[in-house]
Amino acid sequence: MSHTQRTLIRGAKVLGGPARDVLIDGETIAEVGAGLTAGGATVVEAEGRVLLPGLVDLHTHLREPGREDSETVLTGTRAAASGGFTAVHAMANTFPVADTAGVVEQVWRLGLASGYCDVRPVGAVTVGLGGRQLAELGAMHDSAAGVVVFSDDGKCVDDAVIMRRALEYVKAFDGVIAQHAQEPRLTEGAQMNEGVVSAELGLAGWPAVAEESIIARDVLLAAHVGSRVHVCHLSTAGSVELVRWAKSKGWQVTAEVTPHHLLLTDELVRSYDPVYKVNPPLRTERDVLALREALADGTIDCVATDHAPHPHEDKDCEWGAAAMGMVGLETALSVVQHTMVDTGLLDWSQVADRMSTRPAAIGRVAGHGRPVAPGEPANLTLVDQDHRAPVDPAAFASRSRNSPYRGLELPGRVTDTWLRGRATLRNGALV
Amino acid sequence: MKHHLISAADLTRDDAVLILDTAEELSRVAGRPIKKLPTLRGRTVVNLFFEDSTRTRISFEAAAKRLSADVINFSAKGSSVSKGESLKDTALTLEAMGADAVVIRHHDSGAPHRLATSGWIGGHVVNAGDGTHEHPTQALLDAFALRRRLVAGELGADLTGRRVTIVGDILHSRVARSNVRLLTTLGAEVTVVAPPTLLPVGVESWPCAVSYDLDAVLPDSDAVMMLRVQRERMNAAFFPTEREYARRYGLDGERMARMPEHAVVMHPGPMNRGMEITAEVADSPRCTVVEQVSAGVSVRMAVLYLLLGGAGPTGDEATAAASSTAVTGAEATRGKRA
Repeated sequence: MSHTQRTLIRGAKVLGGPARDVLIDGETIAEVGAGLTAGGATVVEAEGRVLLPGLVDLHTHLREPGREDSETVLTGTRAAASGGFTAVHAMANTFPVADTAGVVEQVWRLGLASGYCDVRPVGAVTVGLGGRQLAELGAMHDSAAGVVVFSDDGKCVDDAVIMRRALEYVKAFDGVIAQHAQEPRLTEGAQMNEGVVSAELGLAGWPAVAEESIIARDVLLAAHVGSRVHVCHLSTAGSVELVRWAKSKGWQVTAEVTPHHLLLTDELVRSYDPVYKVNPPLRTERDVLALREALADGTIDCVATDHAPHPHEDKDCEWGAAAMGMVGLETALSVVQHTMVDTGLLDWSQVADRMSTRPAAIGRVAGHGRPVAPGEPANLTLVDQDHRAPVDPAAFASRSRNSPYRGLELPGRVTDTWLRGRATLRNGALV
Repeated sequence: MKHHLISAADLTRDDAVLILDTAEELSRVAGRPIKKLPTLRGRTVVNLFFEDSTRTRISFEAAAKRLSADVINFSAKGSSVSKGESLKDTALTLEAMGADAVVIRHHDSGAPHRLATSGWIGGHVVNAGDGTHEHPTQALLDAFALRRRLVAGELGADLTGRRVTIVGDILHSRVARSNVRLLTTLGAEVTVVAPPTLLPVGVESWPCAVSYDLDAVLPDSDAVMMLRVQRERMNAAFFPTEREYARRYGLDGERMARMPEHAVVMHPGPMNRGMEITAEVADSPRCTVVEQVSAGVSVRMAVLYLLLGGAGPTGDEATAAASSTAVTGAEATRGKRA
């Protein structure tokens, strides 16, 4: 990567503000101002577009090693760059599980080799995601991957003692436990949100209380031992209340919401189309509105995609046999614009906060989530907010197509992404 | 009528009455020495059973055969399905074989809906029970048996004002879901009775009343439908013991005596005698279990006839089909001789 590489982004609305020129020199932002001269730099005409810090995702499944039929670190980071992300966290539920320094280093190196997006491996909390024995959290932190976020995502750390110990143990290196809050006994065989729709469809219910009871326990544990806890993919109005309460006490609790939980409801399950099968499940409209409000007022810190690629055959089947999860990297910003910006709940500077600054802070991701200002790393995303088009999964960079938004017209399109000054996406095309 | 029968909600009041009327006409065939009509000759009906159900399968098989359809039975055990074949590939295979209708029983709620809407097959799909979702032909045969007992099987009649109480494991019951929908469509007033653990969260949105107290509901019931309660539910703490369940929610002679004199007892079978129903009740003349079974064949004949026999025949045509037995019988006899 050449330090002589210079790019002038001309006329962009920085964080949605007035038009500014932004000059990138090498890996950093050199100047931000009006009427900057190109001086031989590559010029990107950005009039009317919004410039954001590169997006940071605390929650993706890149599937490598083990499920390269659905995604690889390369295809997943290409999808990330297409969606405007410059750093993503890769969850630990791979085959083998990322529960040792060896596996997290492998994932980290694959990310380096891809060059599209920084990959921050998430380490498993327990060996094999089994929930019984702590994985070597310190070794994963001390490895080249420098793991900070630990999660058994896909499974809940349901044993209260194991959870307590994990929360305490990672304090030694400023780590954070990201909990997949799902009380396992209350969700045996669960297929969808438990409520009016599940009662009609005859699908086993995944009750809100199964999420909320774990969150309630975990915030109390985090308070008791003075640790940081992060709640993955918070999905219910009750969970919002619990996190709001915990934050009011000053406890170190953070939470994320997925784009799909900001938009979709369990009414869609009436189609029995497994593209809507996800964990935690799609909830009710009341929950969706509570989540939007909580993201707007900061109770929920950030948006995380829970990008979960699956091969076609795992969704082209009956509901009960289908895999849970949705791809989300390439539609995340559009869904956030649709649900939060176009509704007036967030402005673009707040979008930058929820999708870059705060997730970078939670994951301690250096060089990301920084202000768009001279001297900062040139991790940037340019958005054409006026674009509108139906979602076409066939055009995704991801290896998988399991998007619930197929054919849905959504606003906004990421046109350009820069990772440390180098364009990874230029005018909508991966570089 | 719609192209498929997936849910009792697919049926309007007129659709449902047409099916019941057609079934009445077709039931006359059962009383004849030669129980066969030529209506579906040359059509292929596949019974695709992913779950064991001898009763429902033979009922559909008898219905299709009495209408002269070719019947293919495909059960998951010992078939390509047990070797890991997907529902999609099974469906594509049946489509390639030219199935005109697929009668599907599946352990997953929504599988028939998926089969009907995924584009895998072009034929008609009839739901013969999916997971804990629906079993619409069971509801139709229950409505048929009810109409005979309570409204003397009068053609064109529905069940307006009749009070039907459904008792038992509502949570896991596809029979209950279909019956609540269909009986309500037909004008009946439905009450579901169960311990709170066996009622789904969200039941309050159903078009029926809900009660935990069987004794309170019995005197106001024209029919009481007892659902099978699986003994395994006890291990998942849905109720403490079989004894306690039977004591609080089982129907015995004493409770039956609290029902109005004209009221009937129904059960979709197979019965757990001693659990939800005592032998005294099961064997009483008020119990319609055997009538329900014979109604099953007539109702399934009507469904297959109306789905496959052309676009929406009127009552007259249905009558004509049923009364054309002079020809039919002769043909069948000739066929036999040949």
